[in-house]
Amino acid sequence: MSSLQSLDIAARSATTRPTPQIRNMPEVAKLIDVTSCIGCKACQVACMEWNDVRDKVGDTNGTYDNPRDLTPDSWTVMRYSEVEVPTTSEGMRLEWLIRKDGCMHCADPGCLKACPAPGAIVKYTNGIVDFISENCIGCGYCVTGCPFDIPRISKKDDRAYKCSLCSDRVSVGLEPACVKTCPTGAIRFGTKVDMHKFAAERVVDLKERGYDNAGVYDPAGVGGTHVMYVLQHADAPHLYHGLPDNPHISPLVSLWKGATKPLAVAAMIGAAVAGFFHYIKVGPIETEDDEPIKPRDRTDTPPDTL
Amino acid sequence: MATIERYRGGVRINHWAVVLLFLCAGLTGLAIFHPSMFFLSALFGGGQWTRVLHPYFGLLMVLGFVILFLQVWRDNFWTREDTEWTRRAPTLLRGDEDDMPPVGKYNAGQKGVFWIFAICLVLLFVTGFFFWRPWFADAVPIGVRRVAVLIHAIAAFVLILTVIVHVYAAIWIKGSVHAMTRGTVSATWARRHHLLWYRKIAGEK
Repeated sequence: MSSLQSLDIAARSATTRPTPQIRNMPEVAKLIDVTSCIGCKACQVACMEWNDVRDKVGDTNGTYDNPRDLTPDSWTVMRYSEVEVPTTSEGMRLEWLIRKDGCMHCADPGCLKACPAPGAIVKYTNGIVDFISENCIGCGYCVTGCPFDIPRISKKDDRAYKCSLCSDRVSVGLEPACVKTCPTGAIRFGTKVDMHKFAAERVVDLKERGYDNAGVYDPAGVGGTHVMYVLQHADAPHLYHGLPDNPHISPLVSLWKGATKPLAVAAMIGAAVAGFFHYIKVGPIETEDDEPIKPRDRTDTPPDTL
Repeated sequence: MATIERYRGGVRINHWAVVLLFLCAGLTGLAIFHPSMFFLSALFGGGQWTRVLHPYFGLLMVLGFVILFLQVWRDNFWTREDTEWTRRAPTLLRGDEDDMPPVGKYNAGQKGVFWIFAICLVLLFVTGFFFWRPWFADAVPIGVRRVAVLIHAIAAFVLILTVIVHVYAAIWIKGSVHAMTRGTVSATWARRHHLLWYRKIAGEK
């Protein structure tokens, strides 16, 4: 077990036996209330400050998204979407949806499933999915496994990076940096149970305000997530800059990393063992240089003329 | 006792270069294939080096095999006799070669191994580029990469299984390893295992 109970590991990449499991830790969650976000990007600043990463100054694509995308140095990015949504009273209405994008900390993490390096990706018992960068081999399989397109691999050191949910802060009882800094309280942190309770209240409020489809985004396809959203339009997550409606680990990844791999290993070992026993039972086929020529092997040209 | 040249020096060197590169590509690949074999990465300087080296080993192996392919592919066309040979192969596996139809330079088993190698290497070569970090992977959509890694793993699995068959057959049929290491076989060996090829060689002399 780890010396810090808060860093006990529930699952470890490329590891086939269970990690120490006897202690019980409550699951934590970060709740991002999209409906109270003002898009100030304080969370982006707090993230880079706390984690001591500084992205290069990039360019703009004409929206408020800055940087344009997640990078190895930008673990969270505000995504701005201008969408028209139908309403009961006003017809189509323009809405500006702002979503803080980053790792969702899935209960069933596709990155961890795909990772071939033992211990390069771990899921703590509190639900945080963390990249242990010194074990990372830079293969990019986590990118292939992730249903949310989150991990980014640094050109500087060929290692994958993403939001750690400030596992170092959480392990000593602090909230993640983005939560601490959020000026509107749109980002909250606590046990997953508490976050669901709080989210449920928000959903009631939103429904009273006419958002009939308000709800919580905690997608079951990945076993639930430890970063959850309150969405005004929970019936259409894709409105929020392509948030997947029903995220799940690709069946291709499951096939690639599932039962087929141990079966393939067994088949390869089995083939070698079968060869060994074939040799023991049947024995080699040998030719003695002076053995008489069998009738079927006769040729018109005697070997002596060679 | 008369000996017959089966593989000239160029073919032998090429074959063993492909073997060495296969071992390197195979061991680095297996290290990443399943956690039970990750320890193999230690042979290549750790996980990062394993990931860096694997594609280059694979690329060189494919290049070596292409040359080998050009050297031997004409002797590997599938014929009706090969189908008959395959049908009777179980008796050979029981150690009885007398009932097998006479074969040319390669029997149907060897031809099958050859073509499986060729197909697997083409698949490995093509799909490998799709997730080769840091050079090509970023340009490939994630959905395509998911297909590529799966095909790559399946092709590698089939290739390794076929290599196991290939190696075992060489150990099983005595004289085969000598043919590929020193280049020659005895006339008896040639007559016994590759009668049509022997007749052709003997007739030419």
